[in-house]
Amino acid sequence: MTASPSERLARLSWPRVVFVGLVAAFAVVTIPTLVDKHSWTGVTISVAVTAILAYVYLTPKRIAARFLVPGTILLLAFQVYPIGYTISTAFTNYGDGHRLTKTQAVAQIEADSVIEQPGAQRYELSVATKASDTSGAFVFFLTDPDGKVERGDASGLAPVPDAQVTKDQFTGKVITAQGWHILTGIQVNGLGPRLASFAVPTGTGFIKSVGLSEAYVGHFTMTYDASAQTMTDTRTHTVYKESGGEFKAADGSGKTLPIGWKIGVGFKNFTSVLTDAAIRGPFLRVLIWTIAFAILSVLTTFGLGLLLAVVMDHPRMRGRRLYSSLLLLPYAMPAFISTLVWSSMYNKDFGLLNKLFGTHIDWLGSPWAARGSVLLTNLWLGFPYMFLVCAGLLQAVPQELKEVAKVDGASPLRVFRSVTMPTVLIGAMPLLIASFGYNFNNFNVIRLLTDGGPYPSGSSTAGDTDILISYTYRLAFGGQGAQYGLASAISFLIFVLVGLISYTGFRQTRQLEEVYAR
Amino acid sequence: MMKDRLWWRHLIGLAALVFALVPILFLVSAALNPVGTLSTTSLIPTGASLSNFSKLFHDPNSPYVRWYVNTLVICGVSAVLNVLIGVSGAYAFSRLRFRGRRPGLTGILLVQMFPNFISLTALYLTFISIGDVLPAAGLNTSLGLILVYLGGAMGVNTWLLKGYLDTIPKELDEAARIDGATENQVFFRVILPLAVPMLVVVGLFSFVSFLNEILLAGVFLTDTTHKTLAVGLYGLVSGNHNTDYGEFAAGSLLAGVPVVLIYLYLQKYLVKGLTAGAVKG
Repeated sequence: MTASPSERLARLSWPRVVFVGLVAAFAVVTIPTLVDKHSWTGVTISVAVTAILAYVYLTPKRIAARFLVPGTILLLAFQVYPIGYTISTAFTNYGDGHRLTKTQAVAQIEADSVIEQPGAQRYELSVATKASDTSGAFVFFLTDPDGKVERGDASGLAPVPDAQVTKDQFTGKVITAQGWHILTGIQVNGLGPRLASFAVPTGTGFIKSVGLSEAYVGHFTMTYDASAQTMTDTRTHTVYKESGGEFKAADGSGKTLPIGWKIGVGFKNFTSVLTDAAIRGPFLRVLIWTIAFAILSVLTTFGLGLLLAVVMDHPRMRGRRLYSSLLLLPYAMPAFISTLVWSSMYNKDFGLLNKLFGTHIDWLGSPWAARGSVLLTNLWLGFPYMFLVCAGLLQAVPQELKEVAKVDGASPLRVFRSVTMPTVLIGAMPLLIASFGYNFNNFNVIRLLTDGGPYPSGSSTAGDTDILISYTYRLAFGGQGAQYGLASAISFLIFVLVGLISYTGFRQTRQLEEVYAR
Repeated sequence: MMKDRLWWRHLIGLAALVFALVPILFLVSAALNPVGTLSTTSLIPTGASLSNFSKLFHDPNSPYVRWYVNTLVICGVSAVLNVLIGVSGAYAFSRLRFRGRRPGLTGILLVQMFPNFISLTALYLTFISIGDVLPAAGLNTSLGLILVYLGGAMGVNTWLLKGYLDTIPKELDEAARIDGATENQVFFRVILPLAVPMLVVVGLFSFVSFLNEILLAGVFLTDTTHKTLAVGLYGLVSGNHNTDYGEFAAGSLLAGVPVVLIYLYLQKYLVKGLTAGAVKG
């Protein structure tokens, strides 16, 4: 049954060939950019993915892989890898002020410290890039007072022959340069902080821009001693020693330089969640509310849903279809819209609830009212789902069993408790656990209603209605400055909690099924 | 005697209807209210005009049409690919036998317990670097967000759809194979058409869950013109609750009504999909 190569080739269907071709073309386009950026991980991934896809789709074997590979690659790239990344970030101090590597941080501190020498010469400056936009690396074209042009980048100055440039006849400023794109004033302005911290080393000093079209020769006031690993401020003679990812003044004044770098901090983020009172207090408060919120959401929605399903479950009940169509509406309305509508109904001054009831309750502004509001809205969002589920499960309750119980003289309540409820629970249990897991991370309802608030006095990171996911979000993206390390540590704790809950939940379900199996 | 005991059932049912319908009525009222502020909106519309709708389309600060198109593109493409990837996986797990099948299924369930938005920080940092190399897929692009959404495509959906495919008799595809159909033909010509009802339900659920997604979309899309409806409409009311309310309500109705209609139309199938284990999210 062996086929010759040409037969095999003929059997290849063209969609697969086209697909592999596109993937290969994509790799060919991307790899040069990756090499340019020295992103060797990127190159490896790109080559590996292309090779795997080419192999899977061009070989006659690996049929199962053809159906699985695209989803698996996406799963690995955007679900598994981020989890790994989160876990590794949890052990660092990554965040605002600690974004760079140490080498970058040292260079940045030195470049930021360059000041102009009194009476030093100035250059006419043009900023240029290889591409026509400002996204890539840029260089300086500098014209000294004698009209000599030099090109400067992070590695130093290089002379440029006059033949390669045209200069403004009055100022000497470079207007065009062969192979380079001179940026306009607006583009240069847009470079902002990148331009401010860019310095061209000259051997004796450093050239920095001043304004949009002039540059000066300056000197570092901060110098780094690589052997002693210290940073010295040459004006005040303060010596800064490195400590915990930043430079700390050695004179004991406690001063630190604003730019630090990323280092591993071991379990510090985790231990500070447990031991640092300023983090532990809010964290525990948030954790308890998260669990309470998830449990109460499940209980209230399931309770109301079941009640309605039982109420409707009567052979002579009319209009059941109309009821269920109308009760489906809250579920069918996109949740983000409904939640925003609810948030406006809670408005203290103009809200519908206060208007209808003639009250002046600060629904979202006081801790318990806010928690109640969040639960009420979540009940509204969730009960139709539970109603539909319960209505379906009630159909499965064995009618004979109910009849027999009735004949034996059991009260309707007793029948419900001993016959109906167990059957419904077995069916609903996996859904209740899933619903618990979903509400455990129900970011939307918190974000859109209260945004975690109200905040207790003295805490601006953890509000009274914050659940873990919204708390984590604020740590990473809130206005207080990004704390990626700590946020990742808390994400990691959420992983562990969710894992434990799902595990025990599913074990519980299995036991329930065994109990009621016979 | 039994006859007169139905009224309390209707009483509870009507109370539930009031609870369910008040917010929706309020939204409709706000959308039609010509004054367009929250303070003048009541439960029963006091007047009716379409001024909020026309304002919505002419307000330069809120490019509503752009948001609508962005949402349709992002959620539509994500939902379709999500279902395709899900059903391919389900097909392999349901019909083909290969090494690593069981651990694969367990692995998917395991990874799925950790939804990608918990790794928000890591995703954000990753997409900063992706944007450096490939600006078309970095932050503030639809493509980037779609990729993130597709990370979870091979997850719960695969399980859900596998359960459904298992109920399609194997004799059908075996017969097709005997007749000389290739694996691709079996998948596209036999299995997919039979699975359409379930694919529609799963697709709709995915679409709505992407539509409701504000965590990743809010972090990824910060330019006004790149926003989705959820992020954009939130911006309309978050800053000041009172003045733009009519615009918000009109925009919400236009976004919500089509979804509601589809839900009502597909009600029968949805109930099946729901009990199969999908949670709204």
